[in-house]
Amino acid sequence: MPNISRDEVAHLAKLARLAVTDDELDLFAGQLDQILDSVAKVSEVAADDVPPTSHAVPLTNVFRDDVVRPSLRQQQALAGAPAAEEGRFRVPRILGEEQ
Amino acid sequence: MSEIVKLTAAELAAKIHAREVSAVEVTQAHLDRIGEVDDHVHAFLHVDTEGALAAAGAVDRKIAAGEQPASPLAGVPLALKDVLTTEGIPTTCGSRTLEGWIPPYDATVTRRLREAGVVILGKTNMDEFAMGSSTENSAFGPTHNPWDHARIPGGSGGGSSASIAAFEAALAIGTDTGGSIRQPGSVTGTVGVKPTYGGVSRYGLVAFSSSLDQAGPCARTVLDAALLHEVIAGYDPMDSTSIDAPVPPVVAAAWQGANGDLKGVKVGVVKEFAGDGYQPGVLRSFEAAVEQLRALGAEVVEVSCPSFTYALPAYYLIAPSEASSNLARFDAMRYGLRVADDGTHSAEEVMALTREKGFGAEVKRRIMLGTYALSSGYYDAYYGSAQKVRTLITRDFDAAFEKVDVLVSPTTPTTAFKIGERVDDPMAMYLADLCTIPSNLAGNAAMSVPSGLSHEDGLPVGLQIMAPALADDRLYRVGAAYEAARNAANGGSLVHEVPELGGTK
Repeated sequence: MPNISRDEVAHLAKLARLAVTDDELDLFAGQLDQILDSVAKVSEVAADDVPPTSHAVPLTNVFRDDVVRPSLRQQQALAGAPAAEEGRFRVPRILGEEQ
Repeated sequence: MSEIVKLTAAELAAKIHAREVSAVEVTQAHLDRIGEVDDHVHAFLHVDTEGALAAAGAVDRKIAAGEQPASPLAGVPLALKDVLTTEGIPTTCGSRTLEGWIPPYDATVTRRLREAGVVILGKTNMDEFAMGSSTENSAFGPTHNPWDHARIPGGSGGGSSASIAAFEAALAIGTDTGGSIRQPGSVTGTVGVKPTYGGVSRYGLVAFSSSLDQAGPCARTVLDAALLHEVIAGYDPMDSTSIDAPVPPVVAAAWQGANGDLKGVKVGVVKEFAGDGYQPGVLRSFEAAVEQLRALGAEVVEVSCPSFTYALPAYYLIAPSEASSNLARFDAMRYGLRVADDGTHSAEEVMALTREKGFGAEVKRRIMLGTYALSSGYYDAYYGSAQKVRTLITRDFDAAFEKVDVLVSPTTPTTAFKIGERVDDPMAMYLADLCTIPSNLAGNAAMSVPSGLSHEDGLPVGLQIMAPALADDRLYRVGAAYEAARNAANGGSLVHEVPELGGTK
């Protein structure tokens, strides 16, 4: 049975880019443990000879003709941006101090 | 309450198209009703008064000019779940992350509604990113059940179900990933349909769990749901999972069902969906509904679907896994919330701080759960096993549909619970979707239709009907026949028993 530690939850939060608080770590560790405990029963019936299903509709690739279609104008694309500069998305610095 | 808002969508359309009442008058009556009750119900996150009246005016002008209405629903007002994009109108998904975001494009569902002359009144409240069963996870406060304002209207589409139960809109659109159309329908005494996966385009539907998400109709009658189904369904090249096949004849099926004959129809009662955890009043209502189907001429048999008991755990691995990936798009760079952009924080820090601030607890829980289930070392035991369960559930449906035409069960194990009752217990909340999830995992069609009030609390109960993929019309035939018989036996439609301004039970 799973037993998810506070440190593991902190690691998951880091992977998921969530700057969770200490209080949340305590709360989520308990709740995730309870949820994982309940959902772990899927392995009871997941025999080796059962193929997995990833999608309800068995589709392979869907193609369209390679033609230019109208798309968002630059102004429309930038309209919802938290910050824009010179017709581009302005983002915070990418590299941290140590890089 | 104006008499206009009590009419069904089919009745409203008939009056508008016969010029007995104008679309503008109908829209105004609904806007007035929203003004009257929405402070109490809180079904809407945004009301587009100007846009709605303009759309209604356009329908009236067309009719006055002698042109054919654009569709059988032209002029009818509708409430749109705030997870479908609307050009020029805010779309929040019930999240602070998207507060104030104005999408630059319409979802295909939105476009089809506009082209059909359906009047979009506004956007409805929902659990954040459609994650929840009570609408309590909305960042903008809960929606209240019109039957009892202290109770939940279901979720995630509680705003949509409440808006039609409170007569604020004649129709609504919901989305159903694990039951978010059917469970709200059940607890508000309204009709909700999850079409076959791929039946309605997902283009412009903000993704939660892409292999499960499906938009569908919410209405007060089966016929109204069918009319709306035909407006929004159909192949869309903008969605690569859209099914390139004709829309099942759902309106014709609703008419056929309304004549009340179910001779030759085989109905299977799912054995696994009863017993512990089911409210006695829900089971009693369900049993009475099954008797009603038998009285209409249907042949009723019990069917065992043993893998259905593994559907809930499989869903709470698959949906969070897909969500953890889908919600990575909210990175504070191109649209939506951004915090801590003060020159001292890196892009990655801004991203983590923004997501921390913009997402509520349930969304964070599911993102972390999905991240866990997909991590190396755990993938096979969790996500891999859940995908195998999905195969087993599909096999159970296939075997059942070799013997019967439709399956039935209660839609949800209990009636509407009290606001606040389950918020601190995620697993208790998840149980609300116990009976609805199998159809999401297998992708087939399912409906909830009101079956009466539970004897112990006087709150609505829903009958779930499930049909094979692309046989959505069977839902409407059986649902309409049952609805007509129930209404005849009870002196009218259940939803008309709702207290005018919401009561307390």
